Amino acid sequence: MSSSHPAAAYSRAPGREIELDVATQDCQIHMGPQHPATHGVMRVLLKADGEVLSGAQTHLGYLHRSAEKIGEMVDWLQYLPYTDRYDYLCAMNNNLGYSLGVEKLLGLEAPERAQYLRVILSELNRIASHLFAVGTYGLDLGAFTPLFTALRDREIVLDLFERICGARLTYSFIRPGGLWNDAPEGWLEDVAAFLDLFEKRWHEYWTLVVENRIFIERTADVGVLSAEQAIDWGCSGPMLRGSGVDWDLRRDQPYQVYDRLEFEVVKGSGYRGSVGDCFDRTFVRMFEMTESIRIVRQCLEQMEPGPVHNPEVKSVIRPAPGSAYCGIENPRGELGHYLVSDGSKIAVRVRVRAPSFCNLSVAEHLMPGSMLGDAAAIIGSVDIVVGETDR
Amino acid sequence: MPGWLLTVWAAVVAMVVVFTFLTIMVMFSVWMERKVAGFIQHRVGPMRAGGFHGWAQSIADSIKLLFKEDLILIGADRKLFQIAPALVMATATAMFVVLPFAPGWQVADADLGVFLILALASVTTIGVIMAGWGSYNKWSVYGAMREAAQVASYEIPLALSLIPPILHYGTFSLATATEAQAGWGGMQWYVFSSAAPVAWLSFPLFFIAALAENKRAPFDLPEAESELVAGFHTEYTGIRFSFFFLEEYAAMFVMGAVGAALWFGGWNFPGIHLLEPGSALLQVLALFAFVAKAMALVFVMMWVRWTVPRLRIDQVMTLGYKYLTPLSMAVVLIAAFWEFGLHLIQD
Repeated sequence: MSSSHPAAAYSRAPGREIELDVATQDCQIHMGPQHPATHGVMRVLLKADGEVLSGAQTHLGYLHRSAEKIGEMVDWLQYLPYTDRYDYLCAMNNNLGYSLGVEKLLGLEAPERAQYLRVILSELNRIASHLFAVGTYGLDLGAFTPLFTALRDREIVLDLFERICGARLTYSFIRPGGLWNDAPEGWLEDVAAFLDLFEKRWHEYWTLVVENRIFIERTADVGVLSAEQAIDWGCSGPMLRGSGVDWDLRRDQPYQVYDRLEFEVVKGSGYRGSVGDCFDRTFVRMFEMTESIRIVRQCLEQMEPGPVHNPEVKSVIRPAPGSAYCGIENPRGELGHYLVSDGSKIAVRVRVRAPSFCNLSVAEHLMPGSMLGDAAAIIGSVDIVVGETDR
Repeated sequence: MPGWLLTVWAAVVAMVVVFTFLTIMVMFSVWMERKVAGFIQHRVGPMRAGGFHGWAQSIADSIKLLFKEDLILIGADRKLFQIAPALVMATATAMFVVLPFAPGWQVADADLGVFLILALASVTTIGVIMAGWGSYNKWSVYGAMREAAQVASYEIPLALSLIPPILHYGTFSLATATEAQAGWGGMQWYVFSSAAPVAWLSFPLFFIAALAENKRAPFDLPEAESELVAGFHTEYTGIRFSFFFLEEYAAMFVMGAVGAALWFGGWNFPGIHLLEPGSALLQVLALFAFVAKAMALVFVMMWVRWTVPRLRIDQVMTLGYKYLTPLSMAVVLIAAFWEFGLHLIQD
């Protein structure tokens, strides 16, 4: 927390202690497990001295579904639907992360057209996910309209996904070896039309949400995460880049066709406050959406017809004994899969490095010293999906 | 008929009339709020109940609320918990007594009408604090404390921002102030009058302070949904909850009505001088004009609510104490000099 924070004046800094003739203690409040600002079933135990927070502790596990353990019980391909359910706002990216890990174990690659389609799908899902993040962040700060405006455009992406794979939330569409199917006729043209539409509407979000005076007041200089702290706590994604760290797996460890595409890594610059505050994280999400538009457009240009599934990947696969780690850039950060095979048709270990989990671990250290209203702002800016923190 | 019976009779009639109007108006406001929200959020709002654009949605909601179980927590302070909604409801209803709906259509033309409304609005705050304290819930206590903190920072600018029109018309009575705006064919409203610049300076201050007084966004901290769950009324169910709900919309209408009566000519409308004073047509049109102006201001409050995020409590206090209070004092000074200047010109 920067010393310029208004709450600093009220905090119990040394030298400001007031002698009281009554015993006082901090108020312990349970924020959650059912609470509008926890984005799911999560509990934050807040200690508050009036409106100023003196401590916070996050309690997880309410949504634990043993995803990793299930990975040791089902076939390699049967595990795919469980990946949809870590971070249900970007299931395409989860599918991609797992599929790349399995492909790495198998030592083969998906056909080129499948790789382009995978990038298109995961970038569209990034747009949908960031839209939802910005919309619900508005909700956390007390504005209802951004969410509905965001859902309007997210619906278009979901409709596109429904047309290509039949599902709107849990796709299981990107799978080891390629894709389930090629895009239907006219789908790619509709993607291009959506990009044109969304490019115009992006400015609505910018003016309604981000350039809103009250939004700036509520987020600038709140929950400041320094670059060192972000790296120390293993933050990734907009949380890390919001603190000014130039790190994006799509550029720094390119997978699929990202090395052929031109895009910029958006970083927080302290546009309205100090680097690494809640505003910068939203700023990064907003501009990542425009970069996603660029990426999808380039993919649409470069794509050529061809097969979308590698015939070497059958329905039952037995990767050679060994292990593989594959990390990809999810909307929320680095989603890592560490897969261990003993040569059988069932994995020995499926370890998931969930970005929300690592990002959330630092949130409780950002809260002390800020105000009760900031707790919602900080949790919202971390943009967790509880399905992913708990798995 | 003995005199006391007449008084009681008049009081009962007035109560029934006020309460009926208030209930209908609140139901309409709730429906309107949902439609406005839908319009702003690319939705349609309620469409089913009653057929035409869900006009019966509020009635259905009220019936549902009436039949909900009335819960009081074991640890709650039962007396405070039960009195709070009644107090809030009573003050909200009482504020309607001094509103001038049309020439002569006013339950009581109190000489200190504006003052009475301000006083009753403060009593509502006490009800809110009682509710939060009596609920046996930490979130509710936070809501109550925020309300207490907020009201202290906003009552002063609210009261001060009402002084310019009072200075201009030389009265605290809403009816007298409205009558004074009848000139120029019903268009000599305060905002168009010889003191128009002062009116346009003081009205924004009044409106912002009224938003805070009514606990409306961006000052809805006492109930701050995403922070305090539902703030002071978290533990309220059924009819008791609906009292708080009713109070919010009633208070919005009252603030809109005060704004309309003091700044926007009250019941006056263009062409009012052509109609015969006291005729039924004039009365109905005047009532319509007054309610329409008040609802227009209520609409702006809804518009604001569905557009902006919520401020933080320290920002609310900063705005109240550091900006609005000095600004409203400055506006009172400007108004005083302006009125002095007007008198010099007239003499």
